[in-house]
Amino acid sequence: MGKLTIGCFASLVGSLNLDFAVKLSAAAMEKGHKVDLWVSGNGTMISIEEQRPFKDYSSLEKPLKELMDKGLNVTACEACAEARGYHDSNTLKGVKRFSMDWYLGSTFDADRVLHIGGE
Amino acid sequence: MATTKLGFIVQRPGYKSENPKLALTHAIASQSVEIYLNEGDLVTADIAFIGEGVLNCKKDQKAMETYDLSSTESHIKMALLLDLNVLVCREDLERYGMTENDIVIDAEEFGADMTVKVVPYAEITKMMEEMNHLLFF
Repeated sequence: MGKLTIGCFASLVGSLNLDFAVKLSAAAMEKGHKVDLWVSGNGTMISIEEQRPFKDYSSLEKPLKELMDKGLNVTACEACAEARGYHDSNTLKGVKRFSMDWYLGSTFDADRVLHIGGE
Repeated sequence: MATTKLGFIVQRPGYKSENPKLALTHAIASQSVEIYLNEGDLVTADIAFIGEGVLNCKKDQKAMETYDLSSTESHIKMALLLDLNVLVCREDLERYGMTENDIVIDAEEFGADMTVKVVPYAEITKMMEEMNHLLFF
């Protein structure tokens, strides 16, 4: 089985690219692949806890938690998060926060890298 | 010992979105990636500006005065200081009526030896073929 590194820079609300990234992560994990998900820029919005689900907006806290319980490795860019007021104290349990070199480190042994830029 | 080569392809204009600057900051992060790797392993970053992305290379940017932000120009200079390979598509520059005289070419004031290379798109394609992974911004 392989390793997939996904970098997603799109926001949780206002774009469906993060939905795609999470669904792709789920599909890859179901097939037995290891997945690293890096979120940077507006993508760090997914790392905040206590997101309130509405039917008109993407809500990924629940599926993300379920996938992390199954082994999805999620890391948010610390600087991008802090710039938006997302601090350690309101980060979803299980989401790691590192600097950008973590993403590059993850690509080192990835079989595929899928980079989904921001808006 | 192994090397993973990443190609950062910037195709969006600066300041309209965060993408170009994130491309540069992520590419620059290749200089500190060793902490996540075994000794001797490397991740390298090459950067290419194509399409509207070449507008990021305009020199004398006034980002600090206008937005109170460090400029994309200064990030390009930082990339040069760190010896990253920075390519700019010649044909796309010409489409905007620009020449090498209009863009940031070096970072001599920082002591950088590397310079921006204005090259035909074919050379950027060749660089992309040599990469293990491509990241489009």
